[in-house]
Amino acid sequence: MSTPVIALSGASRVYEMGAERIEALRGVDLEVASGEFLAIVGPSGSGKSTLMNVIGCLDRPTGGAYAIDGIDVRDLDDDALADLRNKKIGFVFQSFNLLPRQTAIDNVSLPLRYAGVSRRERRRAAEAALARVDLADRMDHRPDQLSGGQKQRVAIARALVTNPSLLLADEPTGALDQKTGNEIIALFERLNADAGVTVLIVTHDREVAQKTKRTITIVDGRIASDEANVEVSA
Amino acid sequence: MSLFEHLSIAFDSIRANPVRTFLTTLGVLIGVFSVILLVGLGDAVRAYVLETFAGVGSNLLQINAGRQETRGFRPSSGTTKNKLTMRDVEVLERRGFMLDGVSPIVLGSGELRVAELRRNVIVIGVGPRYVDLRNLEMGRGRFIDEDDVDHFRRSVVIGQTIVQELFGDKASPLGQTIYIASTPFRVVGVTKKKGKTFGFDMDDLAFVPATSAQDLFDVETVTHILARAKDRNTVDPAIAEVKDVLADARGGEADFTVFSQDDMMDMVNNIMGTLTFFLGAIASISLLVGGIGIMNIMLVSVKERTREIGVRRAVGARWADILLQFLVEAVVVSLIGGLLGLGLGFVTIRIVAYFQPDLPVALSLSNVAMAIGFSLAVGVLSGVFPALRAADLDPVDALRYE
Ligand SMILES: Nc1ncnc2c1ncn2[C@@H]1O[C@H](COP(=O)(O)OP(=O)(O)O)[C@@H](O)[C@H]1O
Ligand SMILES: [Mg+2]
Repeated sequence: MSTPVIALSGASRVYEMGAERIEALRGVDLEVASGEFLAIVGPSGSGKSTLMNVIGCLDRPTGGAYAIDGIDVRDLDDDALADLRNKKIGFVFQSFNLLPRQTAIDNVSLPLRYAGVSRRERRRAAEAALARVDLADRMDHRPDQLSGGQKQRVAIARALVTNPSLLLADEPTGALDQKTGNEIIALFERLNADAGVTVLIVTHDREVAQKTKRTITIVDGRIASDEANVEVSA
Repeated sequence: MSLFEHLSIAFDSIRANPVRTFLTTLGVLIGVFSVILLVGLGDAVRAYVLETFAGVGSNLLQINAGRQETRGFRPSSGTTKNKLTMRDVEVLERRGFMLDGVSPIVLGSGELRVAELRRNVIVIGVGPRYVDLRNLEMGRGRFIDEDDVDHFRRSVVIGQTIVQELFGDKASPLGQTIYIASTPFRVVGVTKKKGKTFGFDMDDLAFVPATSAQDLFDVETVTHILARAKDRNTVDPAIAEVKDVLADARGGEADFTVFSQDDMMDMVNNIMGTLTFFLGAIASISLLVGGIGIMNIMLVSVKERTREIGVRRAVGARWADILLQFLVEAVVVSLIGGLLGLGLGFVTIRIVAYFQPDLPVALSLSNVAMAIGFSLAVGVLSGVFPALRAADLDPVDALRYE
């Protein structure tokens, strides 16, 4: 049996705000294998983003354990976490989060800059990543010259460019209209099906979740249900 | 991440806001400009004064009538009752053992006329030693001698400018007659071209015997007395001796003032010191204001780019990467200001050099290094705090920032 990409056991995250304690995660157990395509759903404030931040190594659990690709994050310092994010995780955000003054190709190259990749190699990899999201013809456009769907595809290319173990998307369709949102989900499906990219989508939209292969419902910081989506078969 | 990558990120950011960057650099620009002028002009003026003093003669003392308690420029004539006379000159010549030459100076001006050509010049009544005290050289003929002084001779030594203006290139002026304020004088010598010292044309002077000058201007007194100490080390004892001898001869009253070249150099240094202080103050204040300006803009920039910082952290930027990004940007902005200030300083110095060719103004390599050093320091000092603030942002908070 291969090492799971995500292995959370009894993970908790407590925010201490003065005297107040907010338990955003209360003992989450979750394993995700390589090549999975899953969604995390739940009501607002249930802890989805907190969970995603922990999984994405932007944050550390305050209790329990988390290992990504078998690497226990409890042992790692700040720099090691940054390197882990760089190599193993690709983030896609609701509001795209592209650097506004930079072209699509520069935005996509950004993670490679921090990986110390040479300029030429960066360009080659970024071109390939943009081609994978069908934006080969928009490489030198700046974000303000792109539509919402195109921006999100640039963001997905940026997430893909380092060939990460895990693609993490927090409400990736939240800022898009229905049709464009569906196209983005279809792109994730395709990346998962054709290239075996592990994709985890956080959403409050059940319809979006239904298009993945597994839906985890989180309520009040705990996993309430974890089920396979039978509809996806084609 | 390499420094080159950080520089390239900094330039991306600067290119995005060229006007703001320029305004931010103004403080450093003015600061460095002031430093350049301060050092460039200060050095030039000092060098110029030293060089000029060397040309005037060395170890000179000047004795003025009237006591002066505070240091400063010499008192205007007419403020003292007991003036200096030829008797004081004789006393110093006879009893000044530390002195190597004494000359009276009787200053006046008058109209010189040769046939129908006229020229107003400064006429100086001198003793025979004046020529070597002041390092003058004779072009033709001889200088005023003892005989001229003793016998009130109407002899005159003129400079090249006067020769040109009154005689042209034709005949030799030696032996010719010049009328000074209608009194006929015979030209006995012409001084060699000397040029200007302290903006004063040394070739537009007429030297006559001190005694004849007193006659001409109808005065009993001498304007001041010039003397020379034997060497550098005896300047102070020579001053003491002059004071003793003169006070003794004047019935114990020390109603005169002795200046040495050191005193005058002190005076120049004082003036330069004040100038340096003010320019230095302007430079420091500008650099300080420039630094605060950069810090402010960088803090604004960190706030504006909080999301960007979150994104960079999310895709793998380390703490130090973010720190360096903002630090390098602050240093680059400051350096741009410094280089602009340097350029402006260079142009200004060229303009000064054009209009004041005598002044040896120049932009030395050490000045350039200093300007760059200052701007680097201001950049680092003003960039550290904003950069730390950026690097210390929590990635999750930064990504959620609206
Ligand atoms: N930085 C924080 N400080 C304090 N409380 C927080 C912080 N982030 C999230 N929370 C709280 O944790 C809970 C879960 O939040 P979040 O993970 O953002 O939920 P979701 O993404 O499911 O809407 C909420 O009650 C939220 O108020
Ligand atoms: Mg959320």
